[in-house]
Amino acid sequence: MSGSAQGSPALTGDVSPHRELGLTDDEYTRICDLIEREPNGVELAMFSLLWSEHCAYKHSRKLLRRLPTEGERVVMGPGENAGAVDVGDGYAVAFKVESHNHPSAVEPFQGAATGVGGILRDVFALGARPIAVLDSLRFGEVESERTRFLLEGAVGGIGHYGNSIGVPTVGGEIYFEEPYEQNCLVNAMCVGIAKADDMVRAAAAGIGNAVVLMGAATGRDGIGGASVLASAELDSADEGKRPTVQIGDPFEESKVLECCLELLKKGLLVSLQDLGAAGLTSSAAESASAGGVGIDVDVAKVPLREADMEPFEIMVSESQERMLGIVEPGKVTAVREVCAKWQTGSAEIGVVTDSGRFRILRDGEPVGDIPLEALVDGCPLYDLEPAAPADWIYGNSKTLGGGESPDELLLSLLSSGNIASKRWAFEQYDSIVGSRTVRGPEGAEAAVLALPETGRAIAVSIDGNGRRVACDPHAGAIEAVLECVQNLACVGAEPLGLTNCLNFGNPERPAQAWQLDTAIGGLAEACEKLGIPVVGGNVSLYNEGGDGPIYPTSVIGLVGDVPDPEVAPGNTFEAAGEAIAIVGPIRPELAGSELTKQRGELGMGLPAADLDAVAESCLAVREAARSGVLSSARDISDGGAACALAEAAMGGIGATVDIAPLLERCGGNAEATLFGEGCGGFILSGPHETLTGLASGGVEVLIVGETGGQRVEIAAGEASLSVPITEAASAWRSLGARIDA
Amino acid sequence: MTSWGVLQFPGSCDERDALHACSLAGEARLVWHEERDLNGLDAIVVPGGFSYGDYLRAGAIARFSPAMEAVAEFAGGGGPVLGICNGFQVLCESGLLPGALLQNEGIRFLCRQVDLVATGADSVFLHDIEEGETLSVPVKHQSGRFYAPPEQLDELRERGQVALRYAPGQNPNGSVDDIAGVVNEAGNVLGLMPHPEHAVDSLTGSTDGLALFRSLAGVAA
Repeated sequence: MSGSAQGSPALTGDVSPHRELGLTDDEYTRICDLIEREPNGVELAMFSLLWSEHCAYKHSRKLLRRLPTEGERVVMGPGENAGAVDVGDGYAVAFKVESHNHPSAVEPFQGAATGVGGILRDVFALGARPIAVLDSLRFGEVESERTRFLLEGAVGGIGHYGNSIGVPTVGGEIYFEEPYEQNCLVNAMCVGIAKADDMVRAAAAGIGNAVVLMGAATGRDGIGGASVLASAELDSADEGKRPTVQIGDPFEESKVLECCLELLKKGLLVSLQDLGAAGLTSSAAESASAGGVGIDVDVAKVPLREADMEPFEIMVSESQERMLGIVEPGKVTAVREVCAKWQTGSAEIGVVTDSGRFRILRDGEPVGDIPLEALVDGCPLYDLEPAAPADWIYGNSKTLGGGESPDELLLSLLSSGNIASKRWAFEQYDSIVGSRTVRGPEGAEAAVLALPETGRAIAVSIDGNGRRVACDPHAGAIEAVLECVQNLACVGAEPLGLTNCLNFGNPERPAQAWQLDTAIGGLAEACEKLGIPVVGGNVSLYNEGGDGPIYPTSVIGLVGDVPDPEVAPGNTFEAAGEAIAIVGPIRPELAGSELTKQRGELGMGLPAADLDAVAESCLAVREAARSGVLSSARDISDGGAACALAEAAMGGIGATVDIAPLLERCGGNAEATLFGEGCGGFILSGPHETLTGLASGGVEVLIVGETGGQRVEIAAGEASLSVPITEAASAWRSLGARIDA
Repeated sequence: MTSWGVLQFPGSCDERDALHACSLAGEARLVWHEERDLNGLDAIVVPGGFSYGDYLRAGAIARFSPAMEAVAEFAGGGGPVLGICNGFQVLCESGLLPGALLQNEGIRFLCRQVDLVATGADSVFLHDIEEGETLSVPVKHQSGRFYAPPEQLDELRERGQVALRYAPGQNPNGSVDDIAGVVNEAGNVLGLMPHPEHAVDSLTGSTDGLALFRSLAGVAA
């Protein structure tokens, strides 16, 4: 068939059409071989998207095979719209984290909003009701005007979407680092709950079944988003990419969500798939491919926002708030009635066939015809050519002049964007709708959500310090997992499953390839050793601005089981006169720390973690938290033990501590003891005998002091610091004013 | 036992939470926005959220829904109606309550636990709450700044229609006279921006909101 009559993507004509759409010459030749002719415009547009990095994972798929994906509690693993784990009593919790980095760097409000919208759809596509959103954001330094523009937009967009749809945003993290200046990161995670038996898979099935498109009408927004934005580096011409960013409508999504859950409850759908990157093309192709069937779609039956859209535009549009259902012919009317009740669109646009082909029709006339295997599985997978860089490839800017006292260092660290309270952001989010939020933003080390369905609760944490992965991709990636596991331990949660979002630079460059390859190795090792299955995730590559790659950022989302939410400890001291302990095998070092960053002395290398010892201490802390004997629990992370102690005092109860025993472990380096970082450390408060009792299992426990007073006083050998809580608090709470300045 | 109806519009967010709170003080069911029949219901909650997307102005579309027409009639006959957040906005748009709710002074959406001070206003929802009593209840809204022109405001104060104020220094939205909630003249319709339905369980917050739901049970009994 000829492509000319069907319309083609608008191209400048300067280079071959396939190159302009992001396909290499070799890939184009391969397409011609697979379909035994040259593709027409519709087909080429479809291939260019499904064979993009964003959809095909062509530079990461081979590496991801190293991740452990199986576990007793896994209900759904990678390959579905989201992963899911068993939480008991016949219920499952579904979750996934996904990036929306490049759209957010171009238009932060809509980019972040539709990032939330997309991840919500992934979760309710399984039949799970979304119960929480968490987000992980990265920007340039706080003082940058661009940072404040992006931050304001992204936080506003997340709030706009989540608040309006009635799903609470219960946690998250924000880091400010120079390498994200051009290329910010917006990763959103959604958690949902479903009866395990009611969950539905994405695979199409049943020859002759109807293909029903539900939700919003299809427009020209977001055309080519997956290939143009998500799979190439950002450059100065980004203004021109604004039309490829989608516009979100949370009200539409709210109706589609309720509609889909009602359809599934009534047993009216064979399968359900959301429309995300690459729109109808990806949704229909992946659904049919997973089911081993074929699919016919008639673009003339797709409800359009603009009447004159070409077939290729309809097939690749990334208009938001759309879902694709496979429906038995006898149930189509009932499906459309439920859609009408929720005042959302529905149209029967095609049929499941036994052809193994994806046929695109317009008013019954074929305009495209592709073997599904070629489209979905034909994309070549590339081996990376990693090479470790000889030295630190990022810059170093110094913000400390030198000669500061420990008091001054503490205040400087507490006020840094990475450590300071993120209240400015999280107060813009509804964190309580749904009545499940036992521990919300900054209320504990992990968010805790009640599950009245089972009488238990889940804890959720999202974390990933890119700077430390940059220093050492292997150790840094392990640390990101351990940080989440430690966060969960603090609220008494046992990890059930993990999702990850791997945000990296251009994998075709050796140093970035090495970061990706090495970090995935670390991630795999940590998950393997700790017995945590990876049930889903997302890879975002080509995160580079004009100044080079971002910090390699492996964001980890972890979900765990909490038997009794009533006793989950908070993370600030509860009462005066209680003992304070440093628990776990932490050996803090200044390498890669916030203090070293502020001194402009970052370089390669991090201390390696003793995974077994960390796991053992996590188990001890988890059991103590579960038994209700801890008054507070937090892990030692950014800014080291001194910042952890100061943050624990933010509830108004101070501490007097002598960390000489930790100093011994650090070889007598007082600064490393106070401000050094590393994994495997907890700060716990509670009755003295309870804390000493933790040591019985071979876990390292150092009783270092007592709660009380209005100051944070820490002695570390010859060095010491003493800061009033009010002063520490005003440093820690300074971020909002600096953003609004 | 009080039989509660909780309105559900497309775009409602807190209707299930309100349903749960009501069920702690009686029996409760959802009322779909196209329903007109409120027979058998003793009290109505117009819940929080973004009814019909709130695109025109918060609450401006919902007031025309069949269910709201029925609620207006129900309220006119003395039936107890509680409007929370978006529900308060809807009741103001409907003319069932005086005043209007403008965008927060700080422009942004704000979610935060605040203290409310009861004024001792006469309302079926406030019988269990003493004048001067403090309630810890969360707010979460972007358009919660209560406003009434000076003359109307004087009238409201004179007639005891100001029901709840934000505690000194805690006004999250810049509302006039720190007003968080108002009642109609008859006392059977109460609207407030804070969310008492999110303050009914010590596990997820305070329990200070329960009094508003239980007050009615006491009145009925």
